[in-house]
Amino acid sequence: MIRRLIGLVALWISMMSPAHSEPLIADLSEHLVAITTGFTGAEVLLFGAIEGEGDLVVVVSGPPQTAEVRRKESVVGIWLNNAQVSFENAPAYYQILATREIGDWLPQTIRERHKIGVEFLRLTPSGDLSPEESKAFTAAFIRNKERMGHYRFTEGKITKLGGRLFRANVFFPANVPTGTYKVEVFLIREGAVESAQTTPLYVSQIGIGADIYQFAHEYSASYGITAILIAIFAGLGAAFAFRRT
Amino acid sequence: MHIYLPIAEMSVNIFLLLGMGTGVGMLSGIFGVGGGFLMTPLLIFIGVAPVVAVATEANQIVASSVSGVLAHWRRHNVDFKMGFVLLVGGLLGSTIGVWLFKLLRDIGQIDLVIKLSFVLFLGIIGALMAVESIRAIRRSRSSVGQRRKLHQHNWLHGLPFKMRFRRSKLYISALLPATIGFVVGILAAIMGVGGGFFMVPAMIYVLGMPTSVVVGTSLFQIIFVTANVTFLQAYQNQTVDIVLALILMTGGVVGAQIGTRVGGRLKGEHLRGLLATLVLGVCGKLGFDLVVEPADLYSIGSGDES
Repeated sequence: MIRRLIGLVALWISMMSPAHSEPLIADLSEHLVAITTGFTGAEVLLFGAIEGEGDLVVVVSGPPQTAEVRRKESVVGIWLNNAQVSFENAPAYYQILATREIGDWLPQTIRERHKIGVEFLRLTPSGDLSPEESKAFTAAFIRNKERMGHYRFTEGKITKLGGRLFRANVFFPANVPTGTYKVEVFLIREGAVESAQTTPLYVSQIGIGADIYQFAHEYSASYGITAILIAIFAGLGAAFAFRRT
Repeated sequence: MHIYLPIAEMSVNIFLLLGMGTGVGMLSGIFGVGGGFLMTPLLIFIGVAPVVAVATEANQIVASSVSGVLAHWRRHNVDFKMGFVLLVGGLLGSTIGVWLFKLLRDIGQIDLVIKLSFVLFLGIIGALMAVESIRAIRRSRSSVGQRRKLHQHNWLHGLPFKMRFRRSKLYISALLPATIGFVVGILAAIMGVGGGFFMVPAMIYVLGMPTSVVVGTSLFQIIFVTANVTFLQAYQNQTVDIVLALILMTGGVVGAQIGTRVGGRLKGEHLRGLLATLVLGVCGKLGFDLVVEPADLYSIGSGDES
């Protein structure tokens, strides 16, 4: 919290200096979301200042990923997966924040160009699908991502302070996908993008958890042997510890 | 207090995991069962991906079998020769099982197969235990003893590759224990269970082994089969979560000690009835989830669905 305040104050001071001429300055309180052993989600403060009037729109998008969507069907009374499509280059995480609810003040062309809104993400499933099926799968993908907390639209308003400063809390849930994120801030004035700024954000596992993950994926054989050895020693340890008592 | 499981990639309350480990450990202490057949479904219920639950549970069983086999070894209740023959089948079965696991995972059906296997096996075990404990309760009330034939001769004794197992006092075809070991290997790979619930009755009723050496010998074989499964799952699928396994081991060790102490003071038949109810409950929940129409027919998965 203190760090955030310092950030805001520093920004405010920098604005006071006559050198500035940027219509939009924005930054994040942290550029790294560290998934540590006790990670239960994180909040990053987005703050900045604008010159003059205008609305702000922020798009937070995670690394592009290939996601598989499966559809269940009832086969002899049991629901099982029997159709599968994949979405290439779908952002693993996607969140929109704005100073007010997105409406007519934000023209379609801008939304399309800057991918503001899921309908502009160009999600198309692979494979031979009828248009209706394709639509159903795309809707299902978005619905599932929303339920997982990876796609967020409604919450996260940007608050303006005194007409010039703004701030917003960007929340990342415990199951946040790892990778390099892009935080795009747009200053919209009279239906046009007055200014834009892009800031990177890294989400990664840090500490022992990250080491274990890396070990498991890069040295799978050694990891397997280690897992067995740990289990054997745990078993022996338990047997001897309780034998003496 | 939450802990982030690096391979399962989820944040779980550590006390919930410890509690589950202790609870299932207690049951294993009381009944002498491995507990894998309860722990894997429980992990799935709290949201661990079934593929991670199965592989990690195999890792935990290595630990519980090691500590369990020592006590039997000290009392010379392990038939090593029988154990090795079982193991030959077990290693083959578990290797094929993990390969099958990967294949099913690639086509997106592994979760279904895991759950169906549990419904099937838990249903059978639960029903058998329920019948057994009702009978036992009735018998203890009427106190009429029944005699059972100890050793039967049938076509199984005509199979080739006969071997002498001195500790088990048997002269039977090596194909029999090897086949039992093979089935146990497949079960361990696909379900993350030790397979004691299948192997122990098979050793008693099919092989005709003396009850005294059955548990020790099966534990001996389970160590190596689950170690093989752990290695292959870690190597091919990267689904073994050491952190999760360690927490479950800790809970399991404590639980097993409590269980062994408590178990002696409780009435066997009623306990077995309780375990049967629990097993059938877990089976019912898994089965119900498969049969009831899901809230969303679509799901996202990258090799495994949630």
